[in-house]
Amino acid sequence: MSLQATTSQTSGPYFLIGCHWLNCENLATEGVAGERITVHGYVVDGDGIGVPDAMVEVWQANSHGKYAHPEDKQEKPLERGFHGYGRILTDTRGAFRFTTIKPGSVPGPGSSQQAPHLAISVFMRGLLKRLTTRMYFPNDERNASDPILNVVEPSRRSTLIAKTSAGSPRALEWNVILQGTNETVFFDLGL
Amino acid sequence: MTSIAGYRAPYPGTQPNHLHPPYVSSIKRAPTQPLTAIPYTLSEVTGPCFEPTIVSAAAFDLTKQHKGEPLGERIILSGRVLDENGRPQANTLVEIWQANAAGRYAHKVDQHDAPLDPNFTGCGQAVTDSEGRYRFVTIRPGEYPWGNHYNAWRPAHIHFSIFGRAFATRLITQMYFPGDALLPYDPIFNCTADEKARNRLISVFDWETTMPAHALGYKFDIVLRGRDATPMEDK
Repeated sequence: MSLQATTSQTSGPYFLIGCHWLNCENLATEGVAGERITVHGYVVDGDGIGVPDAMVEVWQANSHGKYAHPEDKQEKPLERGFHGYGRILTDTRGAFRFTTIKPGSVPGPGSSQQAPHLAISVFMRGLLKRLTTRMYFPNDERNASDPILNVVEPSRRSTLIAKTSAGSPRALEWNVILQGTNETVFFDLGL
Repeated sequence: MTSIAGYRAPYPGTQPNHLHPPYVSSIKRAPTQPLTAIPYTLSEVTGPCFEPTIVSAAAFDLTKQHKGEPLGERIILSGRVLDENGRPQANTLVEIWQANAAGRYAHKVDQHDAPLDPNFTGCGQAVTDSEGRYRFVTIRPGEYPWGNHYNAWRPAHIHFSIFGRAFATRLITQMYFPGDALLPYDPIFNCTADEKARNRLISVFDWETTMPAHALGYKFDIVLRGRDATPMEDK
């Protein structure tokens, strides 16, 4: 049997009505193992203006590098109370902020290992289908051998790597730039 | 050696491009650089799993969230979530949101001069059963004007958000109603080149789920991306 996937449509400007109930800006409750980090940034449109009606979704492994999903068969521990999913809506200035733990490394293609990263989906009014991207961590030597970063044009890789802010290695800044000179790298997953 | 089966690319023309100039908001928000193709990894074939208990038993009925009954025409909206291989997607989260019967959203940004309904918020959730089925009770939303172009009106629609099994299967879409005269004029509905794909966004009136003396039934099946049969061998 071969069906065709349903056509994507924009989330529109009013998704808060249907999506707010599942907001999760703190992915790691008290007691979850790992290095606790805060990520903050803006979603910015082609005029350089913050997007006040965007939804950012995060998917990540736990600090051991294990996804809370049946397809992850690695012999690594799960963390009670850590599901790896976050949903954050931008505020009127286009800003978002969330707290989580830095994930561990997960396997990549072949025998490679991936550098710690967050898988990100972005939805908003004006986007007929979602954008997918990743956030990597600054000053992590595993970034150099990451199989996904290495398929990204070298001059644009920095758009996927957060920056430390306020002098704290645990406060990270990462922006989603939709257009222009520092346009974020978005992925083609055949969507 | 890790081999991961990815998800199939869409049939040509069945998904919109990010840039669709008739939908004016896409012009400043669609990426201008080509997307970067990446291989599937464990990060894309896994995704959030929700316990069915995350959704309250009453969340499927949008007509029972307040003291009184909302105004408008009650409808029963049901269907199945399948993948492209025809397999039912059990235990997946379905979220909906919509305008009220007058075409007004319960959202501070919506300033359309139509009344709010104190008995209608327009938000529902369901988790599919073992055969991929979901069911909502709601009211038929109204059409409403928007600022995209002169005399622009959105056809009546209900927003759907579905997760599926993986990061790769995540989908947000809109469901429309049969015979809506506004469909040919709507740049969002018409953003997809393939006419058959567009028309699958239109629900179907359904006699069997229509409840006598109570509510009309509409069916809307959702198809999430299917898995490739064979894993990609990576060297």
